[in-house]
Order: sequence, then C-alpha cells, then structure tokens
Amino acid sequence: MLLIKCPWCGDRDEHEFSYGGEAHIVRPRDPEKLTDDQWADYLFMRKNPKGAHLERWVHAHGCRRWFNVERDTVTHAITAVYKMNEKPPRSSKT
Amino acid sequence: MAKDYLRQSALAHLHLAALGVDDPDGAGVVLCERPFRGQLSLRGNSADHEFVEGVQGVLGVGAPLDPNTVNVAGNITVLWLGPNEWLIVTPDGQETELVERISDALAGQHFAVSDVSDSRAIIGLTGIHARDVLMKGCSLDLHPRAFNAGSCAQSSLARCHVLLHQINEIPTYDIYVHRSFSDYAWRWLEDAAREYGFAIINQSAIDVVTQRSTRKESPVSA
Repeated sequence: MLLIKCPWCGDRDEHEFSYGGEAHIVRPRDPEKLTDDQWADYLFMRKNPKGAHLERWVHAHGCRRWFNVERDTVTHAITAVYKMNEKPPRSSKT
Repeated sequence: MAKDYLRQSALAHLHLAALGVDDPDGAGVVLCERPFRGQLSLRGNSADHEFVEGVQGVLGVGAPLDPNTVNVAGNITVLWLGPNEWLIVTPDGQETELVERISDALAGQHFAVSDVSDSRAIIGLTGIHARDVLMKGCSLDLHPRAFNAGSCAQSSLARCHVLLHQINEIPTYDIYVHRSFSDYAWRWLEDAAREYGFAIINQSAIDVVTQRSTRKESPVSA
C-alpha cells in the first residue's frame, strides 16, 4: 500500500486516492486540423516508462483535488508531489 | 422541508431515543445521533480577500484556510473540505436564513452556497476509547500530535466516506456520513465499540456529559 502525500491533506493511505493516468497531456488546440493518426496519438498513446513516471491522482475520499505525482514504476517510490498548475520537478527524466 | 410530524432523522428507524441513557457512567465508548442540523456547502476562492471578508462578516468567523481545520463561532461551525470548499453547520432551522445572508453579502462575487442539510447524518462518538474505535476502520493518523480538537478530515471509515471532526480531547468526534451509509456506519460503530463497553446516550445529554468529562480532565492537562 502506498502512502501518498496530498498537497493539501498530507500523508494519506493509497485507498483514499484514484489514479488518473499520465500527467501533462495537452488537448490539441485545433482537433479538426489533426490527422487521424495524430488524434489517435493524443487519445490513446501513453508513455509506459520503466522508472520515473509523471501521473495524475485525485484525493477522492479526501479533499477531492487533482494533483500530480512522480512515481517510479519499478519501485513505486514517490519522488515528488506537486499541484496541477505547477511544473514537474527538474529531476524528472520523463 | 417535510412537515414536522413527518420528519425523520437518518437513524430514526433504530429508535435510539428508546435505547438512550442520560448518564453512560463506566462506558468506554458513547454513541448518539446528532439529528437535524443545518448544513451548507460553501464554495469560493480563498485567495480573494473580498470573499474571505464577506464570509467572515456574515458568520462572525472566517472560513478556515488551513487544510483540515475547523473554525467555530457560537453555534456555527465551519469545516474545511478543500482549498475552495467548506461545510457550514448551523442549528436546525437557521440554514435558510444563513443562505440568504451569505448570498446578499457576496452578491456579485464568484461563489456558491447551497443548502445540503440532511445529506449527511451526524453520529456523535465520545468516551476514552472513542479513538480506538475509529482506528479499527480508518487509516488516518488520529494521534493527538496529528489530529486533535479543532481538526477535521475527510477519509473513509470501514469503507464509508466520512467527514471526521474532533471536538475536544476526551476525545469527542462528530462523524458526518452520507445519509444512505448511516445505518451501516452506525452498526459498524456499535460492533467496533462492543469490546470497550458502549452506551447509547440521549442526544440532549451528550454535550452535558462531554463538558463534565472535560472539566474532570482539565487539572491534568493544565
């Protein structure tokens, strides 16, 4: 079980949170100008790194805020937690 | 609102009034329902001074800005739910007027206030083993260094989404649980409390009993 540090509520048990997939995916400004491949890439294609991964979590059973987490997909070690409008930590390779 | 004679609290079907005592002497855990309180959901930008001051002007106390804290003024309690979300708890019958006063005071601003009374049932829990009972079903750190009087937190208790508010050091808690989960939550609490010896107290008596216990303890804490 992970102990995740919500930026507002502090350390809470993993079961209070829901996972929201890869972070920092920006919706294209003009979707109608994209090719099907580009649109499919935006919709479906995700990084699947072995190591540091930037991802979104929501504190569903707590303050119900979304935030970002940097988690190692091998060890599950959480190396950074930052709010939605903040930049990822510099150490991040992804 | 339902007509008075039709109005039932979330746990009315358990007939707690018939089971309740006034003096739960010796019980390690004391439970009661705290029925019929006004509850308002308040949303707004805590970084906006006009909003913060407007709320303070109406309530007599500011909305708490520190996560998981509670501000109390007289009979009004304001609980932090999120960085832009609060729950205001009032005595029964005052919620409608308060919605109007907040709406008037904040007119023209970006905010929302909604009457959500009766959406949550409130269960009162006190006694020297109250914390032990909660620890059986809740992953929060409830140690006094992390969670004490004036703290609140949303978490899960035995898989129910709950809002916990610690009122004093006995400890006494108000447990806000969504109405449809209240029967399950109550039965779970009764079961969890059984090993410590528990009593159901008349809701009119719980404040008297907790105040008496606080006085007993005060020379020690002072």
